[in-house]
Amino acid sequence: MSAVGVDQRPSPALGPGRLGRRFRPSEQARRAARRFRQSPLSVVGLAIIVAVAAIALVGPFLVPYPDDASGALNIREKLNGPSWAHPFGTDHVGRDVFTRVVVGARASLLAGVVVIALALAVGTLLGAVAGYFGGWVGDAIMRVTDIFLTIPDLILALAFAAALGPGLLNVMIAVSLVWWPGYCRLARANVVALRDEQFAEAARSLGGGRARVLFRHVLPNAFPTILVKASMDVGFAILTTAALGFIGLGTQPPTPDWGVMVSDGRKYLREAWWYSTFPGLAILLTVVGFNLLGDGLRDVLDPRARRRG
Amino acid sequence: MNLARYALRRLLLIVPVLVGVSLLTFALSRVVPGDPARLAAGAQATPEMYEQIRREFGLDDPLPVQYWTYVSGLVRGDWGDSILSRRPVAADLRLYWPATLELVLVAMTIAVAVGVPLGVLSAIRADRPTDQVSRLVSLLGVSMPAFWLALLLQIFFGLRLGWLPVSGRLDPMLGAPSGGTGLVLVDAALAGNWAMVRDALAHVVLPALTLSFPALATIARFTRASLLEVLGNDYVRTARAKGLVERRVIFGHGLRNAFIPTLTMIGLSFGWAMGGSVLVETVYDWPGIGLYATRSALTLDFMPIMGIALLYGVVFSLINIAVDVAYGVLDPRVSHA
Repeated sequence: MSAVGVDQRPSPALGPGRLGRRFRPSEQARRAARRFRQSPLSVVGLAIIVAVAAIALVGPFLVPYPDDASGALNIREKLNGPSWAHPFGTDHVGRDVFTRVVVGARASLLAGVVVIALALAVGTLLGAVAGYFGGWVGDAIMRVTDIFLTIPDLILALAFAAALGPGLLNVMIAVSLVWWPGYCRLARANVVALRDEQFAEAARSLGGGRARVLFRHVLPNAFPTILVKASMDVGFAILTTAALGFIGLGTQPPTPDWGVMVSDGRKYLREAWWYSTFPGLAILLTVVGFNLLGDGLRDVLDPRARRRG
Repeated sequence: MNLARYALRRLLLIVPVLVGVSLLTFALSRVVPGDPARLAAGAQATPEMYEQIRREFGLDDPLPVQYWTYVSGLVRGDWGDSILSRRPVAADLRLYWPATLELVLVAMTIAVAVGVPLGVLSAIRADRPTDQVSRLVSLLGVSMPAFWLALLLQIFFGLRLGWLPVSGRLDPMLGAPSGGTGLVLVDAALAGNWAMVRDALAHVVLPALTLSFPALATIARFTRASLLEVLGNDYVRTARAKGLVERRVIFGHGLRNAFIPTLTMIGLSFGWAMGGSVLVETVYDWPGIGLYATRSALTLDFMPIMGIALLYGVVFSLINIAVDVAYGVLDPRVSHA
């Protein structure tokens, strides 16, 4: 799904007029890009994300010690401090921490994106249905979100992850199970606000069926705010999956995972500060990137919520 | 009294939510891989023994009956047993809850005491260096993995400088505090045992700082945004025009109104801090619910996790009600009719 490219063509019968709320890509995109560039921090955020994504894509082929990403042992070099040969030092079995941080980017980024994609898909769909059709189905959906939102995120994620069993895939499922209610509420609020707008009325009066009006007309216009939330949430999803990895429910060894590496390094805090520090720094940097990007996107896509000052 | 009636109605509305939460935890316990009866029976069990245990656990009953058994147990205070501690979950929760409550309370006190002034400072110096620094702190606060920050603080303040203890809640040499609240700081202070208060404070500093950081960041960010918004209002201009000193404008007119939305954020942060305690307690070996949750999750000891989810559901609901009631007290415009 491209950013705001979800069928933005104005229907020929409708013309622009009051329907200015719908996006016209070229002009819209240019204005958006300008607004985005005006905020240097968003550009920094985007740069960080692009860099991390590039590392995740090609990094594993370029790392100095590819074998260290799997179960290689090199006991003689264990817990060596940072040096030219090992810029981030080595871990308790002598593997290169730098290599493992680079290779770990893939799992972390993937986890963040997959979690949010799942939560967004499920939450938006349910929220749109609840908002557009209302009635007891809508009420029932919203009561279910209430229940999910009653339990603090991390506890619920822990419960789901424990129930599903360890492993990165299960952690991703667990975290998206915790996060869909946020999207459900947001989508519902947006759809309720938009469903009686003129453009939706017009589409209905032209004979558009309920599902068609919802999915082709109302939802695409609700999408920018949802996307802003998603761009910030990817960072938090990475934090949460890393946290579950740290606890021991995520990626299983020897696959490199930032959260697991921080946890492993914990046993060697006294003699090897670098072991936990660098993977943690990678998490921090990535999450900062998504937060800055999300702030910038909010200014661009959701001008009503633009920050003051 | 209107507010009291409102609070009571909200309290009653917790019941359906709790029924929902219990349905959720029940559903969760049924998807746990590994058959609880098999687990309890052990590897050497004969098929007959296994069948008997299944019957004893009520696993042969239809699901609605099983749910009913589970819920009526909850109401009676039977929250199941922990396989790991071999004790009733309810007793474990009573044992561990005060430690977590103490940690979260100290952390939230720090978060509010630092976060609100930071947000105010940021708003009145908007876009100046103070504001930039405070926004950087906020950004780091929400982006920092709590478990990692905990380790950094341990390395620096505990291992390098040796200023503060890096684990536990109290030096075991001091014995256990006597007192009814279960909050070591309160019990020790009430008993006049200042050595113990000092030791407990030293133990709580690092975990509480770690736990407070994301909440502090969010509160500062939110205070800044809502104060800036309020300060743009006409009545603030009026206050300035009639010659009030800036301090009165900011605190009397600005913050008083800006604090109301911030209060919601503080309530939510409380919930996040309870969740975050899982990580912080794990790193600092803090003997609370969070550590209990981690241990249970790792050993697939499921009853404690269901109990914790329920307990936190109740606590979080109560906090939200308290916030909504506080709204009514702070802002006469909010109607609870």
